[in-house]
Amino acid sequence: MAKGIWVFAEQLGGQIKKVSFELLSEGRKAADTLGEELCAVLVGKDVAGLAASLGEYGADKVYVVDNAALENYSTDGYTNVIADLIKQYEPSALLLGCTVTGRDLAAQVAQRMQTGLMTDCIGMEVADGQLVFTRPIYAGKVIVKACVPDARPAMATIRPNTFPVASNAKAAEVVTVDANVGEVRQVVKEVIRVASERPELTEADIIVSGGRGMKGPENFKILEELADVVGAAVGASRAAVDAGWIAQSFQVGQTGKTVSPVLYVACGISGAIQHLAGMSSAKCIVAVNKDEEANIFKVADYGVVGDLFDVVPILKEEVKKVIA
Amino acid sequence: MKILVCLKQTFDTEAKIVLDGNGKIDRKGVSMIVNPYDEFAVEEALKIVEKDGGQVTVISVGEQQAQDALRQALAMGADDAVLVDAGDKELDEYSTATILAKAISGMEYDLVLGGFRAIDDGSAQVAGRVAEILNIPVVNVVTKLEVAGGKAVATREIEGGNEVLEVSLPAVITAQKGLNEPRYPSMKGIMKAKKKPLAKKTLADVGLDDSQIAPKVKAISFSLPEARQAGKVIPGEAAEAAAELAKLLREEAKVI
Ligand SMILES: Cc1cc2nc3c(=O)[nH]c(=O)nc-3n(C[C@H](O)[C@H](O)[C@H](O)COP(=O)(O)OP(=O)(O)OC[C@H]3O[C@@H](n4cnc5c(N)ncnc54)[C@H](O)[C@@H]3O)c2cc1C
Repeated sequence: MAKGIWVFAEQLGGQIKKVSFELLSEGRKAADTLGEELCAVLVGKDVAGLAASLGEYGADKVYVVDNAALENYSTDGYTNVIADLIKQYEPSALLLGCTVTGRDLAAQVAQRMQTGLMTDCIGMEVADGQLVFTRPIYAGKVIVKACVPDARPAMATIRPNTFPVASNAKAAEVVTVDANVGEVRQVVKEVIRVASERPELTEADIIVSGGRGMKGPENFKILEELADVVGAAVGASRAAVDAGWIAQSFQVGQTGKTVSPVLYVACGISGAIQHLAGMSSAKCIVAVNKDEEANIFKVADYGVVGDLFDVVPILKEEVKKVIA
Repeated sequence: MKILVCLKQTFDTEAKIVLDGNGKIDRKGVSMIVNPYDEFAVEEALKIVEKDGGQVTVISVGEQQAQDALRQALAMGADDAVLVDAGDKELDEYSTATILAKAISGMEYDLVLGGFRAIDDGSAQVAGRVAEILNIPVVNVVTKLEVAGGKAVATREIEGGNEVLEVSLPAVITAQKGLNEPRYPSMKGIMKAKKKPLAKKTLADVGLDDSQIAPKVKAISFSLPEARQAGKVIPGEAAEAAAELAKLLREEAKVI
């Protein structure tokens, strides 16, 4: 019989992602309601030392696959290993963060296990003995609740920042497993990491975003300075990306990243429907725009009608003061 | 080089969505477009064959209306199209991938391209599933692609950067924005497209029955989200407003 709610403990360079702790924290509640155990799956090279930290967020058990060939994520390598573990232990559910890696891995594992996968979810509950997931579709214009009634494991990827992190210390049992990495058909030729002190856009708690109102690439410095005061990521509208002011990977919206930060500060962004699609699940939205009719004010919790070149530098100083 | 491009017809991004009497998404009267990510895939396929020669076939799982999306790809320059119409059955990503893979397995191909996700249900899993069924490698969210000597070298977006991966063909590659700028169909292209072959198939034609495509995911309910309420506009000159905003973010919203 299928048993156990599993959370893929995603790590990069020996650091477990916050979203994995979020999933364990929420997974703990679901596991208790369903009377199942909560397990984390930790895959990588020299990662065994990270297992204890997963217990702190409620994992009863941590499956560890430690293998030099798993140092960096590969679609085939990680799929082979996770699918192997699933076949061996038959969990009832597998949750992953909706990150670049989580999304890539989830699709392959789901197909190999012939099961259903709900992606980019923003909620999870237990109803009639099933995990039911909430996901926005059509760029957030519709919310669907869905489940995987029969196939196992039921799979879902969940947007970072959906659930709060709650510590719930368990002395997690660590189970070291040998799994078959198999043939990896994607051969890495080069990895180019752009060194950045700022958090990843999709996982950031705070995002400061700029649009066409920024008027040029050099002005993004103003946003970066504000971002750095609060440890935020910087984002952009498509207009700013298309103008070549900032790289495509910073675009927020329907054809960019979907973000769910605690705070989203939109500067010189009009609030087009395609932009809102990517950020309207932010808990708090701030808009700085000189046009009081701008659409962004219809969704903003706090708005300042004014010139961003005046407001944002002062805001930076004021924020410094209040958090000091 | 024979390239297959998986393409989906989706709602226009401006479309207003309403639910019908059964609480399902009402498709009536909604204007439809080619999923923008799939346009990148079509463009990339055309660029490859323009350089190295070959043929581009676009394939879609959809109802009759999806012919419009296929015709648009033909107008851009694709050679022929296949529409698999599964009727009005409920499909999930597993079903769609099963149908696509089955149709593709009966064709010749060196490369399968598609968008990395569709903008409607945004599931970002159909192409990956197709690769798994066909037992060929997949590379997702690709922003640069070079195809030569039976191999594809693809640059894909990863966290905080990019990685360059090489796979042997055939392979599935999914397009991310940045891969290229899709062309607009020319008047001549639109005229030509009308005469290009568009094969319409049923499930039975591709050799599947209903039980093989039964969805794994069950939608329980659809609802429209509560509209976000407009909040406060903070009055005053820049200095005053900024100071007040910082204070509210700290003390009222408690987000900094
Ligand atoms: C298929 C499709 C997909 C799309 N996907 C996306 C997407 O993923 N993300 C996205 O963002 N867009 C997307 N768009 C584009 C979207 O429709 C808008 O064109 C875009 O979001 C506009 O960006 P913007 O708000 O920066 O620019 P604009 O709409 O031009 O707004 C600029 C704003 O800046 C304000 N401003 C100017 N100067 C100042 C100043 N000095 N101080 C304060 N305010 C100032 C103006 O009042 C204005 O409100 C998509 C469009 C389509 C058709």
